[in-house]
Formats: sequence, C-alpha cells, structure tokens
Amino acid sequence: MKSSLKWALAVALTSIPTMAVAGMVAPDSVKIEDGVIAMSVSGTAGNPEAGAKIFKSKKQGNCLACHANTAMKKQLFHGEVGPTLDGVADRWKPGEIRAILVNSKAVFGNETVMPGFYSLEVGKNPRKDLIGKTILSAQEIEDVVAYLGTLKE
Amino acid sequence: MKKTILRASLAAFAIAGYAGIATAEPVDEKLTIDGEREMTVKTKAPEGHPFDEVLSGWLFRTKETRALEADSFANPGMLRVEEGEALWNKVEGTAGKSCSTCHGDAAESMKGVGAAYPKWDKDNNRPINIELQVNKCRTEQMGAEAYPFDKGGQKPLTAYVKHQSIGMPVAADLTAGEMQKWWDKGKEVYYTRTGQLNLSCASCHEQNAGKYIRADHLSQGQVNGFPTYRLKQADLVSLHNRFRGCIRDTRAEYPKAFSDELMALEVYVTWRGTGLSVETPGVRQ
Repeated sequence: MKSSLKWALAVALTSIPTMAVAGMVAPDSVKIEDGVIAMSVSGTAGNPEAGAKIFKSKKQGNCLACHANTAMKKQLFHGEVGPTLDGVADRWKPGEIRAILVNSKAVFGNETVMPGFYSLEVGKNPRKDLIGKTILSAQEIEDVVAYLGTLKE
Repeated sequence: MKKTILRASLAAFAIAGYAGIATAEPVDEKLTIDGEREMTVKTKAPEGHPFDEVLSGWLFRTKETRALEADSFANPGMLRVEEGEALWNKVEGTAGKSCSTCHGDAAESMKGVGAAYPKWDKDNNRPINIELQVNKCRTEQMGAEAYPFDKGGQKPLTAYVKHQSIGMPVAADLTAGEMQKWWDKGKEVYYTRTGQLNLSCASCHEQNAGKYIRADHLSQGQVNGFPTYRLKQADLVSLHNRFRGCIRDTRAEYPKAFSDELMALEVYVTWRGTGLSVETPGVRQ
C-alpha cells in the first residue's frame, strides 16, 4: 500500500514535465515553412498581457530596443533599428509573426540583425551559461505572438 | 556640479529618445575646443571604407555632452589627464626613472604619438598600443611593474600621452611589419557575429549607425576619443574595456584585453577613423 502510494506520487510528479513537453516543440525541431510556423511552439495559446511585459522588459524580449510601438508611448526610448510595430497584425499573420520571432534569419535572410528568440543558431562564443538556451521560452514566444496580434490600426 | 550636468544631459536624452520623434541623424556641427582648436569630426573616408564619410562619435551625442567636450575646463576627462601628467613625472622602479627622464616634455616628445598608434612592434612581432608601450617602458627601462589592465595609472597616463596629439588626424601606418595582416584579422573580428544575440560590431555601428537602439544613439563606433570620459561610468573608459563591454552585451564570452583578437580589432577600427582628429579625452554618454 505504502509503496503503491509512493509509485502513484512518482507518476504524478514525472507527469508534470511530460505534460509541459506534450505539444511543445524544442528549438532545434521547429520547422519554418515558407516563412510560417502554423502551430503554437508551446502547445498552448499565448497571453497578450504577459506578452506586453516581455515586449518591453529589457531582460526578456526588449523588443522596444529596436522597434517603436505607439501602443506603449508611456515607455521612454523606442528604438528605430527595426520597423515600427504599429499595425503589425494587419501586415503579418500570427504564423508569420511566430516564425519571425523564432528565427528571423529563416524569414528575412542572414543579413538581418534581429536575433532569433527561440533558436539555437547563435553567434560565436555565446556566454557559457547560455549555451543551448534560447532568449525566450516557447511560452514567452506565444505570449509575444498574442500581444503582437493585438497591434492593429 | 558634475551631477547637475549629468542630470541635465540625461533629461535631454529622455526628451530626444522618446518614441522615435528624435532627430536620428548626427548633427552637422563643428567642434572647436575652447573656441580656438578646430577639430575634424567629419572627413572623407579612406579608400575601401564602407562609408563615404567618417564621423566622430561626438556628432551623435546630445548638445549638453557635446558642450562638455568643447570646453576643456568643463571636460571631466581633463582632470584625469592632469593625473596622467603627474604620473609622467613620477619616478618609479629600480632604475630610478620617470617617463620624463627619457622623454622630457611630453608636449614635444609625445606630440603625434597618439595619432600614429597602434604601431608595429618588431620586438614582439605584433601591434602595440599606447597602454602596452607604456608597460614596455616600465618593465624594460624603468624596472617597474607593468600596469595591470585598466589599473594603476594606465588610463590617465594613456589619456595624457594621447592628449598630446589632440586635433591631429588619426593615421596609423599599415605598411609597417605585418600590420596589414592584423588589419585583415581585425576586419574579420569586426564582422563576426557573437553571442546569443548574434550581433557583430557592424550590426550596430555600420548597418545601423545614426539610429536609436533604445536610449542609445548608435554612432560609427569610432575610437579617436579614447580613453574617453563616459558619463554613464563617470570615469575614463579605455578602448579595450569598451570593446569587451560591447561584445559582452551580445551575451558572449569576451576576449582578454590586449589579446590578439582585440589588438587586431584596434588596428582595424583605428583605420576606420582615419583622418578624424584625436579627441582624447572625448566625452560620451
């Protein structure tokens, strides 16, 4: 009895990560076809409010570093390295936005300076603690996809 | 006083950087220090350069920051240059010598030196910059310890030596020794993307010079003002410190100061600023 309880507990515990992995696509397994990733890379839908936070956080997406976004005009210092994201949802479909976030080079070519936020194709000598890690997690990608989906003109 | 200036320039930044209403182009202005020494902050690029014109980082800074450099009393870097002067005359090491024992008045003996470095060092078969030349003198002539990177008097003494060439055009000799080879290697470093963010020097300072990246107005990444006074650090910042800082910001492991990689990069980026005036100590954000 006691041991079967232990066993049940073990199953319950191990099933947590298993559940998270179900539907989640590892960064090196993501397939970008014709500039599109049709399905969520995390297996779940994104949360636009969480996405907005990631968008402006210097420690996470820091998207504002390069892109202006009038919807965030209260934030100081919008960059101009990339195009403004006003109305981005009118110009790109969610699957295209997802592909650009995951690995912009697969969409725009190697010349783009935009980092791949869910890609292991990184530059030389990445910081040791970041080897094999992506800038954003699969769920954070989905959150930003959801947030960008709200930027319509 | 210093704090007030800093705050004023930060406030100006806040206004200028807001939501892309900033005028992103560098200003079209002349830098005249103390109303008498005219500096070259814009000049025709040397042959084979990716830009038509090379522009000093001074042109990319705010009005307040520019004003600090235009007045040598207001330039906070000048205090460190004065420290460098004291070090120039300070006897150190077993030989009982100072820099001035052999080189006399720096205003004469060091004039032009800052504009001509990095140079080819036959003894070590690699390029040498001012910092390493000072260390060579200290260990070989003075019987003193080499300054560790950025420590001791390295920054103020380097700034003092370079300052003796203020206003003179940057012109490193690439024909000496194997300088051309190091230039090639430096060019490769310049265009190599590093780190998790996958960026090269060129990603920001060539492809996007003149644009804002968050609060930072990206310049051409010229090195003619180094060691430069950075308001952010409220101190002189050495060139290799800045190289390392930029590479670190790409989320990469970064090379050691004066390593082959960074010496090559110094040779290459010095060439990219050929013809600009030595501004040491420049004042930047």
